[in-house]
Amino acid sequence: MMALLQAVTVPQPSALDPHGPAAAREATLWWVMLAIATVIFILVLYLLLRPLFRRPVDGDTTPGEAMPPDVQRRWLVWGGAVMPAAVLFVLFLFTLTTLAAVRMPARAGDLTIEVIGHRWWWEVRYPGRGVVTADELHIPVGRPVRIRLSSDDVIHSFWVPQLAGKTDLIPGQGNDTWIQASQAGTYYGKCGEYCGRQHAHMAFVVVAQAPGEFDQWLAREALGAQAAGDSGAVVGQKVFRDRGCAFCHAVRGTPYHGDVGPDLTHIASRRLLAGGSFDNTRGMLAGWIANPDVMKPGTLMPAVEMPADELQALVDYLQTLK
Amino acid sequence: MSIDAAAVFPHEPLPDRLKGARATGWWGMVWLICTEAMLFASYFASWIFLSETIRAFGEEGGRYPPLGLPSLMTVLLASSSIAAWWGEKGIEKGDQGRLRIGLAIAWLAGAAFLVCQVIEYGHKSLGPDSGAYHSLFYTITTTHGVHLAVGLLMGAVVQVRAWLGHFTRERHLAVQNTVLYLHFVDGVWMVIFLLVYVSPHFWRR
Amino acid sequence: MSTIEAGPGVEERLRTNWEPPETLYFQLASVDHKKIGKRYLITAFLFLLVGGVEALLMRMQLSRPENTLLTPEQYDQLFTMHGVTMIFWYAAPILSGFGNYLVPLFIGSRDMAFPRLNAFSYWTFLLSGIVLYTGALIGMAPDGGWFAYTPLTGPAFSPGLNLDFYAISLLFLTISTTAGAINFIVTIFKMRCPGMSMSRMPLALWSTLTMSFAVVFGMPPLTAALVFLELERRWNFHFFDPLSGSPLLWQHLFWIFGHPWVYIVILPATGLVSMMLPTFCRRPIVGHTYIVLATIATGMAGFGVWVHHMFATGIPVLSTTFFSAASLTVSIPSGIQIFGWLATIWHAKRHVWRTPFYFIVGFIVLFVIGGFSGVMTAAIPADWQETDTYFVVAHIHYVLIGINLFPVMAAFYYWLPKMTGRMLDERLGRWNFWVMFTGMNIAFFPMHVVGMLGMTRRIYTYPAHLGWTWLNQVETVGGFIFAAGVLIFVANYFISRKNGVRAGPNPWQASSLEWSVSSPPPAWNFSVIPAVASREPLWDGTDLLAGGGGDGRVLSHEKKTLGTTVLDAVPDSVLHMPEDTLYPLGLSVALTVLFYGLVFKSVPVFAVGLLATFAAIVGWLWPKPGELPE
Repeated sequence: MMALLQAVTVPQPSALDPHGPAAAREATLWWVMLAIATVIFILVLYLLLRPLFRRPVDGDTTPGEAMPPDVQRRWLVWGGAVMPAAVLFVLFLFTLTTLAAVRMPARAGDLTIEVIGHRWWWEVRYPGRGVVTADELHIPVGRPVRIRLSSDDVIHSFWVPQLAGKTDLIPGQGNDTWIQASQAGTYYGKCGEYCGRQHAHMAFVVVAQAPGEFDQWLAREALGAQAAGDSGAVVGQKVFRDRGCAFCHAVRGTPYHGDVGPDLTHIASRRLLAGGSFDNTRGMLAGWIANPDVMKPGTLMPAVEMPADELQALVDYLQTLK
Repeated sequence: MSIDAAAVFPHEPLPDRLKGARATGWWGMVWLICTEAMLFASYFASWIFLSETIRAFGEEGGRYPPLGLPSLMTVLLASSSIAAWWGEKGIEKGDQGRLRIGLAIAWLAGAAFLVCQVIEYGHKSLGPDSGAYHSLFYTITTTHGVHLAVGLLMGAVVQVRAWLGHFTRERHLAVQNTVLYLHFVDGVWMVIFLLVYVSPHFWRR
Repeated sequence: MSTIEAGPGVEERLRTNWEPPETLYFQLASVDHKKIGKRYLITAFLFLLVGGVEALLMRMQLSRPENTLLTPEQYDQLFTMHGVTMIFWYAAPILSGFGNYLVPLFIGSRDMAFPRLNAFSYWTFLLSGIVLYTGALIGMAPDGGWFAYTPLTGPAFSPGLNLDFYAISLLFLTISTTAGAINFIVTIFKMRCPGMSMSRMPLALWSTLTMSFAVVFGMPPLTAALVFLELERRWNFHFFDPLSGSPLLWQHLFWIFGHPWVYIVILPATGLVSMMLPTFCRRPIVGHTYIVLATIATGMAGFGVWVHHMFATGIPVLSTTFFSAASLTVSIPSGIQIFGWLATIWHAKRHVWRTPFYFIVGFIVLFVIGGFSGVMTAAIPADWQETDTYFVVAHIHYVLIGINLFPVMAAFYYWLPKMTGRMLDERLGRWNFWVMFTGMNIAFFPMHVVGMLGMTRRIYTYPAHLGWTWLNQVETVGGFIFAAGVLIFVANYFISRKNGVRAGPNPWQASSLEWSVSSPPPAWNFSVIPAVASREPLWDGTDLLAGGGGDGRVLSHEKKTLGTTVLDAVPDSVLHMPEDTLYPLGLSVALTVLFYGLVFKSVPVFAVGLLATFAAIVGWLWPKPGELPE
C-alpha cells in the first residue's frame, strides 16, 4: 500500500474540533462530562491516597473492630449512592437537552443525499438531481443536509467526526441522519463499523462549499460525460468497453450502465479513489486498475489484464471524465 | 463469640442422601431448567421481534397455522405430564407398580407426540430455508422435540431402573429429576402452542 | 462447650478416602476441586499469554502508518482471536479457577456440589479452546470480531470455515460455563459450613453467586444467536439476512448476553478484592450489606442495558433514552462498591503494604477511570462520536484489565501461597505492579485521545497525515512495558515456587476459613467441618471446632461432606462425594468429536461423537453399587 491522501489536505478528523452544530453540541457534552469526571476522579484520589500517606499508628497487626453502622452508612449511602445519583441525574438531563438539540432540523429535508455503503466504498446519490458519485459528498455551507443511509451488503457506519456522530448503514433498513458544516472546507469521513477486510480503507470526504459553488458543482455533476475527444481517449473508451469495465461501472451519457462499482461519469474531478484509499492522480489510477489487489488487498475490484498501451489509453480516457 | 451448638447442629443423625428440595441434585436440575427456559425465551423473543420487524412473517399466503394436530399434541403432552406426576406420587408412597405404569404412560404419550410432530412436518409445503418464519418455526419446534427426546431417553433409563427396583420411597431422586424435566418440556410446549400456533389467529390482520 | 478433635486414625482414613495415588490415571480422572481450580488458572493464564501475543502483534502493526507487517486478513483474525480469547477463554475462566479452588475452602466444605461436573467443565473449557485454535492452526481463524455482527458473518460474506470455528467452539464453551455456574450456585446454596448463614457469607461468595446467576440467565441468548448463525450458515435458514430476517436480531441477542457477560468477568473479581482488602487494612470491610446489595443490583441491571451497544443503529430515540438512563444507573452500584473499598482504606487500622494491596489500590484507580469513560459512552450523543473508536477500546481495556486482571494479579499474590505453600517474592511483586500499572496507562490512556481524534477500531492501518502516528507509537511502547510486567509475574512464580518463603496456614493473618487449614490444604480440606459465628471466623476468637455435631462433622469413614440448609446453613444431610472417574474427560472428548464433526461438516464424525456422548452420559449417571437400595 502506498501513500494515501497525501495531496488532498484534510484537517485531523477530531470530534473535539467540531465544524458543525451537531458535532459542536456533542463535543460540549463530552467536555462537560470530562470536567465532571475529572473533579470526581480527584476527589476519589484524595479519599484513596490521603489515608495511604498517613503513617500507621503502630505496628500492631491484630484486626480491628468493624466500623459502626452509621459510619458505614455515611460512606456507602451518601458517598456511594447519593452523590453518583445526583451527578448522573444532572448528566442525564444534559444528555436529554443535547439529544433534543441535535435532532434533525425540519429544514434538512430540503436537500437529501443518499449514501449507500458498499464493501469498501461509498455510493453518493442526489435524488431528483440526476447526480451519482462516490467517496465524496458536496454540501452547501450553513445548511442542514439530510443523509439517507442504506447498505448494499454488510453493516457500515457513516461518520464525519467534525460534523456529526455515527449512524449505521444497515442492509434492509433505512436510517436517516443529518450533517451541517458551519465553514467551507474538506472534512474527513470514514466507516465506523467493522465491515470486513478493507474496513480500514473505507473513507470519504465531505466538501462544504459556498451555496453558489455547490449549485455549480451539482449542475456540472448532473451532466453526462463529454464524448471522448482526442484520439488517446477514444482508444481508451474502446478499452473500457472491450475489457469489461462497463460490466461494473457506469458512465452517464454513454451506453455503459454497470451498477456494481462506482459511477465514473466525473471520476476525474474526484479527489479520492477506491473508497478514499488514495489520491486521484494519474499514477495511482493506473496502478489501481492494473493491480487493485496489491493496492488494496481483498478489494472486490478485479484485476484486468491488459497491455501497457491499453492501460495508458484507458487512463487517458478516464482522465477526460471531468 | 461462641457458637450456639444446639441451633447449629441437630441432635438426631443426619439423613444419608436427600430427596426433594433439599438434595443438591434437585437444585442442579432446577438451574438447568432455568437456563434451558432462557434458551426458549430467547427463541420466543426472536419470534416476537421478527414478527414485528418483517412484513411477511407468517404462513405462506397469509394463511393461519393449522390447529388440529397441534391441539392433539398438546393433549398428549398434558397427559404425559399428568401420568408422570401420578407415577411419582406413587413411589412417594412406595408403590412400585404405580411408578412403572405412570412412567410407561408418560413415555408412550411423549413418543406419540414426536410421531405427530414428524407427521406435521410432512404436511408442511415449505422448508426452513423458505424464510425467517419457517426457519424460526422449525428451529423452535425441533429444539423442543430434541428436548423431549432427551427427556424420553432419561425416561427410558429411569424406567429400566424402575423395573430393576432401584427406587424406594426414600430414594428416587432420578425419578424426581426426570419428571421435573418432563414437566418443563411440556410447559415449554404450552407456550409454543400459544405463541406459534394460536396467537397468529388473533394478532395477524 | 466441647471442641471436636479429629480422633485417632481420622487423618489416615481421610487420606485413604480422598487422596488418590499420583498416577496418570488419577490425574486425568481427578475430581478434586483444588486440582481443577489450578488447571483452570494455568490454562486461562496461558490463554492470557496467547491473547497478549496477539495484541502485541497488532500493536507492532499499528506502530507505523501504512505498515505492511501484517496483511489485513491476518490483522482481522488477530483482533478477533484476541477479543474472543481474552473475553471468553481468559477473563471468565481465570475467575472460575479461583472460584473452583477457593469456594469450597471459603465455605468450609470438602469439595464442590458436583465434583465430576466440575472436572467436565474444566475439560470442556480446555477442549473448546483447542477447537477454537484449530481454526487458527489451519489458517482459518475467525475474522468477524468477537461480536461477529451479521450479515458480515453470514454465509454470503464469510463463506470459509472461520466463523464456524467461532460459533461452534463458543457453543461448546457455553456448556462448560453453564455447568460451572450451576455448580457454584448449588455449592454455595447447600454446602456452607454450620453457622455460615446468608448474612455471614464472605463477599466473594455473593459475587460468585451473582455471576453464576448471570451465566444461567444470560448465556442462553448467546446460545440462541449462535444456533441461528450456524443454521443460517450451514442449512440456508434465514434469521439475520436482510432479505428475509433482520441483521439487528443478532445484535439484540448478542448484547442481551454481552452486557451481563461484562459483569460476569468483573463481579467475581470485585468479590475477591472485597475478601483481600480487609486483610491489608486490618479491619472488616466497610459496608458489607451495601456491597452485597450493590453486587446483586449490578448483576440484575446488566440485563437491562444492552441497547447502549446499539445507539448508532437507528433505534428510536425514546427507547435509546431509556437504555441510556438504565446504563447511567448501573454506575450507582459500582459507586457503592468503590466507596466501600475507599472507606475500608480510610478507616484502616493500619495499611499492610504488600503486593496484593498495591494491585488493589491500582485496581481502584483504573476502575474509576474505566467507570467514567463508561458513563461517557452511556450519554447517547457523546456515544455517537465515541462508539467504534479507540475511545471505546480504551474504555474496555480499563474495565477488563483494571477490574479483572488487576484483581486477578492481587489474588495470585494473595492465594498462590495457599495453593503452593510458598510466598511469592515481594520485591519482584512490587516491580510487577509498577511495571504493569505504568505500562497499562501508557498503552491505553492515549487511546481515549486518538479515538476522539477520529481513529476507528478494527482498522489494520491508518494514513500518516491524520496525526495519529505518535499516539499509536506511545501505545505500542506501553503495550510492551505492560507485557514485561506480566513476564515479571511469570518469573516470580517460577522463582518463588522453588525458593519462596514457606507460607504456613495463615501468612496474611486473614479472616476467612481457607486460612484455617495448611498451605497447601489436604485433599479433604477440613479434617473437621468448621462452624462459624461471624463473617470473620478467624478474627472473632471463636473455636471453629466448637459447636457440637461430634462425628457428624468428621465424616471420615467414606468420601463425605456436610450438606446444610440454604438460608441458615443448618446441617441437614450428609453428602456422598464421587470417586475419581474418567467419565467427565470421556464426555468432554466425545463432545469434542461431535463438535469437530459439526465444524468440518462430517456426518460420520458427528455420529460417532453423538453415540460416544450418549454412552458417556449413561455410564456417568448409572448408579454405582453403593447407591442402590439393598
